[in-house]
Amino acid sequence: MKNLLTTTALITALTLPQLAMADGHSGLDPDAQYGGNITITYKDDVATLDPAIGYDWQNWSMIKSLYDGLMDYTPGTTDLRPGLAESYEISEDGMTFTFKLREGVLFHNGREMTAEDVKYSLDRVTNPVTQSPGAGFFGSIAGYDAVSAGEAEGLSGVTVVDPYTVEISLSRPDATFLHVMGLNFASVVAKEAVDEAGADFGKTAMGTGAFKLGDWTIGQRLVFEKNADYWREGLPYLDSVTFEVGQEPIVALLRLQNGEVDVPGDGIPPAKFMEVMGDPDQAARVIEGGQLHTGYITLNVNIPPFDNVDVRRAVNMAINKERITQVINGRAVPATQPLPPSMPGYTEDYAGYAYDVDAAKALLADAGFANGFETELFVMNTDPNPRIAQAIQQDLSQIGITASIQSLAQASVIAAGGEADQAPMIWSGGMAWIADFPDASNFYGPILGCDGAVQGGWNWSWYCNADIDAMAIEADSMTDPDMVDARLQMWSDIYMAVMEDAPWVPVFNEQRYTMKSERMGGADALYVDPVSIPVNYDYVFVTDVQ
Amino acid sequence: MLAYIARRLIMSALILLGVSFITFALLYLFPADPVRQIAGRSATPETVANIREQLGLDQPFIVQYTRYLGNLLQGDLGRSYLQKTEVGTLIASRLPASLLLMAGAIVCELILGLTMGVVAALRRGTATDNTLMIVSFVGVSAPQFVVGLLMLYVFAVQLGWFPIGGYGTFAHLVLPAMTLGIMGSGWYSRMMRSSMIDVLRQDFIRTARAKGLGRARIMFRHALPNAILPIIAMIGIDVGIFMGGIVVVESVFGWPGIGQLAWQAIQRVDIPIIMGVTLVSACAIVIGNLVADIASLLTDPRIKVR
Repeated sequence: MKNLLTTTALITALTLPQLAMADGHSGLDPDAQYGGNITITYKDDVATLDPAIGYDWQNWSMIKSLYDGLMDYTPGTTDLRPGLAESYEISEDGMTFTFKLREGVLFHNGREMTAEDVKYSLDRVTNPVTQSPGAGFFGSIAGYDAVSAGEAEGLSGVTVVDPYTVEISLSRPDATFLHVMGLNFASVVAKEAVDEAGADFGKTAMGTGAFKLGDWTIGQRLVFEKNADYWREGLPYLDSVTFEVGQEPIVALLRLQNGEVDVPGDGIPPAKFMEVMGDPDQAARVIEGGQLHTGYITLNVNIPPFDNVDVRRAVNMAINKERITQVINGRAVPATQPLPPSMPGYTEDYAGYAYDVDAAKALLADAGFANGFETELFVMNTDPNPRIAQAIQQDLSQIGITASIQSLAQASVIAAGGEADQAPMIWSGGMAWIADFPDASNFYGPILGCDGAVQGGWNWSWYCNADIDAMAIEADSMTDPDMVDARLQMWSDIYMAVMEDAPWVPVFNEQRYTMKSERMGGADALYVDPVSIPVNYDYVFVTDVQ
Repeated sequence: MLAYIARRLIMSALILLGVSFITFALLYLFPADPVRQIAGRSATPETVANIREQLGLDQPFIVQYTRYLGNLLQGDLGRSYLQKTEVGTLIASRLPASLLLMAGAIVCELILGLTMGVVAALRRGTATDNTLMIVSFVGVSAPQFVVGLLMLYVFAVQLGWFPIGGYGTFAHLVLPAMTLGIMGSGWYSRMMRSSMIDVLRQDFIRTARAKGLGRARIMFRHALPNAILPIIAMIGIDVGIFMGGIVVVESVFGWPGIGQLAWQAIQRVDIPIIMGVTLVSACAIVIGNLVADIASLLTDPRIKVR
């Protein structure tokens, strides 16, 4: 679906550039009112607004509103659309991307954004001195390895053709490349601002986005002010957005009920969820949507008896996913496979391993463990994860497996998972995979592929199947827009093959619940935007402007 | 006196050195890799190695510690791993809020605690005494997270007397200071009660009474100043107790102090911040104790410096 639209965008961009320009207007809401301020709360401080560094779901959407990249997503969807690039062209072999930039786009300091800025930003994010957690995403750009190794200052694959044209050549075909250019890490920053702020750049912001950074009182609040010169005409609607930090979710909810807060950024606290949803008045202001998230149990294929595929399948059958979703008040849907349902490439007609205690027992007996065995289940120590671990523990005991629960701090679980022989089972809650970009490949490489099965990696089941890895590489080489469906089918096959080997127990896909104040307007889809969490600040508005 | 203070200051420096060493060692041994937190999920092993080298985390423990200490002596607490901001700046921007909260809490617990203690001592054995002591017991035992939320719910949400969390005006300070002060007031009321009872039994009180002095004059001129002496030393120690309490209270009330900073840093394994906040707290505790000792030295002529 998304890829179809990508293709459409491509064709539009190539043949009718003025239509691509019009894209900037298409998202406008005829009912929208201009002006006003909204207040968003968060518990944690905003760590940084540097687009090369910011990598948590809190600053992700903030950075999206301060900066733009060459590519972008249609609000409320997973559909790619051109951003700072007015159009783009892909060479026949899929190895060269030529982006034509919009003219007259201004940074917040009034200077015009040009191709030099695009090159500078890509060189910066990949330079190891920047310490960007997203540098690896740009691995397919020619010259990445030299920059990464500190042998070159800039990416040889990124060339400035003229002030409004950038050419990016790849070292290998990469079907996800346009998504990569839509990541925050690919945002265009103004060099002079980076030079001026130095190491403190993350506490400032200088982009081309719909909002510019106003006042930032560390530990208290940040104010985003409307960028009156924003290149997408008619946006944003709001005059300002205030982020108040240091607010417990439960206090944020009280303040929302009191009319002081518009969106609690950390969501509805679990303890209050039933109460809110039980009150029709409040429930009406909660918008539910899917998110690109899967919660799973990893089974470490290095540690016996999980090296036996039948044992892993038996565990898959023993887990009552329906009941586990009840542990979190039904805020999730049971999962059958690694991909979440809203991700292109999801296999609709696959039922997964059905919950069947007897079959699980029989399979376990066939594998030579009629009397079960003892093992350990690692889990992050914040609610509701220990409770979920107990439910898993109980399910396992039904087939004779005695699992002791190791409830640890997040960082300790991550460290244990990154060692080959430490954690036989890990419940991913609190650390689960949420897609960086809406593409099927994003659920494979680091968490199921051989690349991730290294010390310090995120493939905690240490599953490494060379055949599937080869398929993944092949799928991501299918850059031809005509092969979009074939590529998705291939990814579907990949995840089905993974399920056959059962290194994971996919448990559930969390749903998102965004609560808003009565005065907030805009389509519901904006409040469950798959890319901007909790909301897309550029497109929402308030209905009570004086 | 000066020699005593000098000796205490040297001791304090040694304590801080010890604290820095132990904290640094614990964080070094903690089974979590800060580099992986920085590098993120999609980082290649080369990126991870590169960041490790840049931060000097590939060096042996003793090299890392001496380097930290060297920077510390120049007043440099390092930069946060994740925020990339100077730890000194982060702490400096938040310390005033924490100090204000502590001052508010001390005022609060003294007013509440001393009053309760004195009243209980004067009404010893009566229902008033028992009730007050039960209240103080509840105050000491109640979890601050719960007390804070209750206060917010009753006084801010239901009655609307105070803002629902936040920082800025005097009204913002009242509820968090009360929450923090209630626990302390429990201790103070018990201390004050027994201290007061002790003093009231003393000969000089009987003498005063025999002289025919008024009840109020005996209380405020003779009994209270004597009973309060041992309490003063408590205030210094309080600073240490508060350092624990502010982590919770600042979270509940959205108070932008260093407790909040520490809590977030611990969750993210941001070692420079954890070290910085620990050292600043340790300094506060050491200074608090020092001030308390000097204060009791100045106020109580019975204590002699050797």
